[in-house]
Amino acid sequence: MEPFAPLHAIAAPLAMPNIDTDQIIPARFIWRKRNDGWAHLLFNDLRFNDEGSPKPQFVLNRLEFRDARILVAERNFGCGSSREHAVWSLYDYGFRAVIAPSFGDIFLNNSLQNGLLPIVLPAAAVETLIARLERVPGSRIGVNLADQQVAGPDGASYGFEIDPFRKQCLLAGTDEVGFTIGLRPEIEAFEQAYERRVSWL
Amino acid sequence: MRGPQTLFDKIWSSHAIQERPDGATLLHIDRHLVHDGSSNAFRMLAQRNLPVRRPDRTFATPDHYVATSGRGLAAISEPNRRAMVEDLETHTRSSGVTLFGLDDRRHGIVHVVGPEQGLSQPGMIIVCGDSHTSTHGAVGALAFGVGASQVTHVLATQALWQRKPKNMRVTVDGTLAPGVHAKDVILAIIAKIGAGGGTGHVIEYAGSTIRALSIEGRLTLCNMSIEAGARAGLVAPDDATYAHLHGRPYAPKGADWDKALTSWCTLPSDPEARFDCEAHLDAAEIAPMVTWGTSPEAAAPITGKVPDPAMARDAAGRDAMQRSLDYMGLTPGTPFSEIPVDRVFIGSCTNSRIEDLREAAKIADGRHAVVPAMVVPGSGLVKAQAEAEGLDAIFTRAGFEWREPGCSMCVGVNGDLVASGERCASTSNRNFVGRQGKGARTHLVSPVMAVAAAVTGKLTDVRQLMAGR
Repeated sequence: MEPFAPLHAIAAPLAMPNIDTDQIIPARFIWRKRNDGWAHLLFNDLRFNDEGSPKPQFVLNRLEFRDARILVAERNFGCGSSREHAVWSLYDYGFRAVIAPSFGDIFLNNSLQNGLLPIVLPAAAVETLIARLERVPGSRIGVNLADQQVAGPDGASYGFEIDPFRKQCLLAGTDEVGFTIGLRPEIEAFEQAYERRVSWL
Repeated sequence: MRGPQTLFDKIWSSHAIQERPDGATLLHIDRHLVHDGSSNAFRMLAQRNLPVRRPDRTFATPDHYVATSGRGLAAISEPNRRAMVEDLETHTRSSGVTLFGLDDRRHGIVHVVGPEQGLSQPGMIIVCGDSHTSTHGAVGALAFGVGASQVTHVLATQALWQRKPKNMRVTVDGTLAPGVHAKDVILAIIAKIGAGGGTGHVIEYAGSTIRALSIEGRLTLCNMSIEAGARAGLVAPDDATYAHLHGRPYAPKGADWDKALTSWCTLPSDPEARFDCEAHLDAAEIAPMVTWGTSPEAAAPITGKVPDPAMARDAAGRDAMQRSLDYMGLTPGTPFSEIPVDRVFIGSCTNSRIEDLREAAKIADGRHAVVPAMVVPGSGLVKAQAEAEGLDAIFTRAGFEWREPGCSMCVGVNGDLVASGERCASTSNRNFVGRQGKGARTHLVSPVMAVAAAVTGKLTDVRQLMAGR
């Protein structure tokens, strides 16, 4: 995982609630491997016509948003299937942060494991950002994880919450497996006591 | 002294290995279920040169990519799909994980197999790389889905870091009318609280209606907790739970059973336990449900009409509703019962168990499907039981295809797809855009409602077909 660097990047608005992971990456592609590359499949059915031509009205097909690295979406973004491929697709395309009023729980967890920062902002703030991005396409948003601040295109700033541990992992570009492996003695001690108590497992 | 606790609080605290100062807890995992979509996780584990730490706590069965038109690997004609199942076989063989493979009659959908084998037990924490892991909460377990990275984490450590979700209780009281089933209850709940209504929460389902549901009904209910955005859903274990578990292959036996039972009986929420959030439904007001949009929250009684976007609360809601109706090809004001369907699917981890098939067969018996319809049992054992009861004969006489077990047309990755523009009445769990195939239009319904749609060719109130059944 790459360390999370401060962003000042073009933000793309996706003004639809309940964008599920089937829309982010349709199920018919998910037999592929992590390293196969996923950028070209992101939002496939929203982004491309049946014969593969881009749908001109879809936000990422508009010239001003092509290099977007921040996505601003509505409530319950990433709901549905647990497929981590949704995060891989966003990440491989170049997205490093998604701002929304709420996220699907599993998607949120998956994002944090892969260097994609999910930022929860109040619905009114998201609405303001989306309106601005639609009015002035190509506007940039700043994201500073260390300070936990989002800087809107109009100069307004918004604080956001994140677990201190997850924040450290993102900033350092490390994941949890290595950390937890180091707790093996604690895990084994717990299991011995647990299995005496729950002996029927 | 500890204050009153919920069922969820009790399971959580009994599995806490360690807490980080930031509030995250390292939880011990009792059961890890894996399937043929888990190959990226096994690969990520291998890249780190790590073994599966507790193969004895890990159980696998292929379900997503398996063919339903025939048994075995050879029936999977598409090489990429076959490779997913072969990968699972390879990884489980080399790591010593128990596999219910395609040649085993215990094979099936992972969320059907777990409870069927008695692997899913009260008080456990169960995870699986699939969002519908919430299903197993029906037996009083804390069960939730995780992504590939966390599957890797559990394979490597048999533990998982989680921040504790909040407690939510959904209480349903009263008696369900004939023709109204667990699927209708959960769709009514999601319609009420919304597709994000349970976000950040674990839902405990309570009340006399839930108590009266069979374990299979509770599995259907908990299955769709994720469709309300909840981390998990669960039901307190009771005599029905214990009767369901007793004698199952992986359930405790003899003295272990007595010890387990004593422990399980302490699990239900304390009477004074506090919930962060509550919702109530009256069972008598729940009718057979149908979804009309592209989110499970777009659900309504079959007696209703396609809603008008003009009635939406705000502009954003209006746009979202209009987009849904455009995709679904529906006109506001159309009675649901006048919507023709092109296809019917009975199956999935939501509704493919023996009770689902029995109820569906009662409506199908002596009638004939007028559109293509298929029944996909949830496991080899469900299929065998249905055949022993003659249900397969009822379905095939009624013109339904009788298939081999698997996830099938719920997600379509095995090739069982709904064609673009086709309208499908489906007992599955998601009516998302493109879920059952690109351009496919899904109406979520219960198994009996699916049969009613199959034999009339349109969405139909099953209560009109129930006389004498």
